Amino acid sequence: MKRRYDVVVIGAGPAGMAAATTLADAGADGLSVLVLDEQAMPGGQIYRSIERPGTGPDVLGDEYADGFDLVRALRAAAVDYVPGAAVWQLSGGNEDAHVPRCEVGVSVDGCAHLIGADAVIIATGAQERPFPIPGWTLPGVMTAGAAQIMLKSSCLAADGAIFAGTGPLLYLVVAQYVKAGVRVRALLDTTPRAQYRGAAWLLPQAWRAGDHLKRGLAYLKQIKAAGVQHVKNVTDLRIDATSDDMKTVTYRTTKTGGTMEAAQVFLHQGVAPNVNLSRAAGLEHAWDAWQHCWMVVTDAWGASSVDGIHVAGDGGRVAGAVAAIAKGRLAALDVLDRLDRIDHATHDRLAAAPQRDIKTELMVRPFLDILFAPPAAFRVPQDDDTVVCRCEEITAGQIRAAVADGCVGPNQLKAFCRAGMGPCQGRQCALTVTEIIATETDRDPHDVGDYRRRPPIKPLRLSELAELHAETGYSEDNH
Amino acid sequence: MFTDVAGEERQMITIRFDGRELSVPAGISVAAALLGCDITTMRTTPQSGAARAAYCMMGICFDCLMVIDGEANQQACMVEVRDGMTVAPQQGAPEIMVTEVPS
Amino acid sequence: MRAEVAIIGGGMFGAALAYGLRRDGRDVVLVDQGDVAHRAARGNFGLVWVQSKGVNSPAYAAWTRRSADLWADFAAELTDLTGIDPHHHRPGGLEPCLTEHEFETRKTMLETLRGHSNGAFEFEMLDARAARDLIPGFGQEVIGASYSPQDGHAGPLNLLRALHAGYRKLGGQAITDAQVDSITPTADGFMLSSRGHDPVNAERIIIAAGLGNKKLAAMVGIDAPIEPLKGQIMVTEKVSPFLTYPLSGVRQTAEGGVLLGGSHEDVGFQDDSSAPVMAAIADRARRVFPFLANARIVRSWAAIRPMAPDGLPIYDQSATLPGAFVVSGHSGVTLAAVHATVMAPAIAAGHLPPDVAPLNAGRFHE
Repeated sequence: MKRRYDVVVIGAGPAGMAAATTLADAGADGLSVLVLDEQAMPGGQIYRSIERPGTGPDVLGDEYADGFDLVRALRAAAVDYVPGAAVWQLSGGNEDAHVPRCEVGVSVDGCAHLIGADAVIIATGAQERPFPIPGWTLPGVMTAGAAQIMLKSSCLAADGAIFAGTGPLLYLVVAQYVKAGVRVRALLDTTPRAQYRGAAWLLPQAWRAGDHLKRGLAYLKQIKAAGVQHVKNVTDLRIDATSDDMKTVTYRTTKTGGTMEAAQVFLHQGVAPNVNLSRAAGLEHAWDAWQHCWMVVTDAWGASSVDGIHVAGDGGRVAGAVAAIAKGRLAALDVLDRLDRIDHATHDRLAAAPQRDIKTELMVRPFLDILFAPPAAFRVPQDDDTVVCRCEEITAGQIRAAVADGCVGPNQLKAFCRAGMGPCQGRQCALTVTEIIATETDRDPHDVGDYRRRPPIKPLRLSELAELHAETGYSEDNH
Repeated sequence: MFTDVAGEERQMITIRFDGRELSVPAGISVAAALLGCDITTMRTTPQSGAARAAYCMMGICFDCLMVIDGEANQQACMVEVRDGMTVAPQQGAPEIMVTEVPS
Repeated sequence: MRAEVAIIGGGMFGAALAYGLRRDGRDVVLVDQGDVAHRAARGNFGLVWVQSKGVNSPAYAAWTRRSADLWADFAAELTDLTGIDPHHHRPGGLEPCLTEHEFETRKTMLETLRGHSNGAFEFEMLDARAARDLIPGFGQEVIGASYSPQDGHAGPLNLLRALHAGYRKLGGQAITDAQVDSITPTADGFMLSSRGHDPVNAERIIIAAGLGNKKLAAMVGIDAPIEPLKGQIMVTEKVSPFLTYPLSGVRQTAEGGVLLGGSHEDVGFQDDSSAPVMAAIADRARRVFPFLANARIVRSWAAIRPMAPDGLPIYDQSATLPGAFVVSGHSGVTLAAVHATVMAPAIAAGHLPPDVAPLNAGRFHE
């Protein structure tokens, strides 16, 4: 790994792989590209462990199979691909002619480095939304994405688990479990009936756009055919520990209620961009009222508010894998254009297909956003005892008390009760905190704001930083 | 209970957990290995001593912090199992003085 | 809105004075900015520190010592009133030295300080063995340390919260999310205007807006040459308690994280964390405590100190408008006790305490 590249791509999911391969294939000879991947092998989350599947596409589905081509292309491309690389800092827009426009702080094999680049493409993807219900911090409660990771990377599945929430990923994972022959205790579905009605007018355009809805329906059919108990219109959920490993899930629907037991509970209510890196790099964000989360403000090519930094894929705004691939290609083309490493004709020719793909994908996104919008009751916990900040064990009640005491925003909240100050640095609580404060103060989440994020955005050993000092040689005496 | 759904035979290795020897598949994360052996608590929190275990399995919740080969505060879902590895639950805020000083 | 005293700025200085004035029975309104103000108060390390303060200013050294001596009772008072504990401890503090030169320079400086305090300032230079007796974790590179039994530390965020909570509990009024853009003298005092808010009228005003002070002080005829000086701090994940003594650059908080800091950068209002500075802090921290090598840094932050050219606070009363006071400095935690219990009653009576007479803004124009 060198210390200086033309372009650094952060992330090797669909967007990152597409960007890297486009840079290598379409860029002028001699373009140096570095791909930094936190995982041990490419694929991101959706194509996780695809190079070493223990479960084949017949269980995991066609979408997973789509990833094979991308990964093969990445391995063949003229790029430096570095796995096990944790990016802990990013800055861009440096105007001083003596320093690179962008700088990436990365840790590989326990060693921290600072890498200079003319352009950086953030393709770090999304994370699951928090799901703050009573008991969500108990051992044995995990995300549906975690269940899928266990399946893909470790070929392990939980027998008799309860799945709860809403959103395409939830149904996909349950369908994958069913196909693998694993018993699913129940699917507790929090999608409100009213949202089916609300999304109906978008159905025709969504149906025309690709295979999403057909695939989704197929998952639901498989789930039904397997006899999985599918409880709909769930309005209330709590989890309590009973005996050693078992948990009781208590639920209410619009009509009824009940309890059921399981050792494992998997929660999911959609995904949101993982904004810790983009925030720490100073990029402008906006509150996405459709998806109830923050998104990075970019132009149609993914250029952010910071010169030199592009964002592609679900890390900027959630739109799914196909859109992520297209956005990765467009970001790469725009970077090549800005660096003057591609001619206009080639640029326009190569941009045409991704632009079409995005148009198609965006025809289905509003339908999914409306239908599977996580209900307010599950975004803003009503029960004061519900833990909101998992790391510091701060409850919804404590946050509301801080607001009553005069706290006006998430950063002040840290001073009031330490919410957001733990190792996850707000990843599991930021959205909830912003929406609680917005609700309590009757303001828009955009006005309430977000936690300030700071490097290192992944923990870094003191020794790694200390070793870096030898490289940078900073001294107050010469500054 | 997590069960193995791999179609084929898997290479197994041995890790030590809390004094016991566990036989686990090679190439998976420590967190996955422990879940596969029905180990349900990975740490207790510094504030209240509440039991926690892996939640996200992708390195962004920090609930799977464990002591691996003597080093504390490691995310078990981000570390791959190795033959002979020792893993211990992390109780509260970990001791820092007992860590071996690297030479 | 009308009050006897209006305070501009709810940071460490402003909040302590507001609390102190209410405690003194005055009618106060505190005007504060919103969530993302520069907020030096949120960057504060947490030292209640005496050694090395005021080597060139006996008045400042004495004022600092006075505050440090009042702190324990002040913390108890806040805890009783608000239930929020500022976590104050005074075990003494150390400054490790890694070279003979550092040791000798420090020794000379502290002897000067003791000299002009007439012995009121207490300290000891410890050799390597004595330093390691106090703190076994010191690395081999630590060849000695200065120790003062008068040093201590507290939790700055808890302190700020306790001051605000105490202020409100005592009936203080506050206007949040307001930036004062003009100060106009009136027949019976001053009028403060902020966009989007009704004006505030007060007989007396205290300008405690940190970095905003330069501009606001000029409105009452005071030239306060305050410039931004950045400081960076990092914190590790929680580890079990190992460090009872605060050092000027390393301190373990009540919650368990270890704070590392001590940088000074003259870079204007930019408050980003920067890798070279973080690395320099990390390098020194590892030399001082080698066993921290594997501790993980979870966050860094920077805050901008409101700094006067000589590094000392500014306490001034306008000559032309005697009801207007300006207070500014960067040791808000150390001075909180004396601000609340000594300065506030003095300002309420219409003047500054005699202790701080040499610390006026006029000293820069001599």
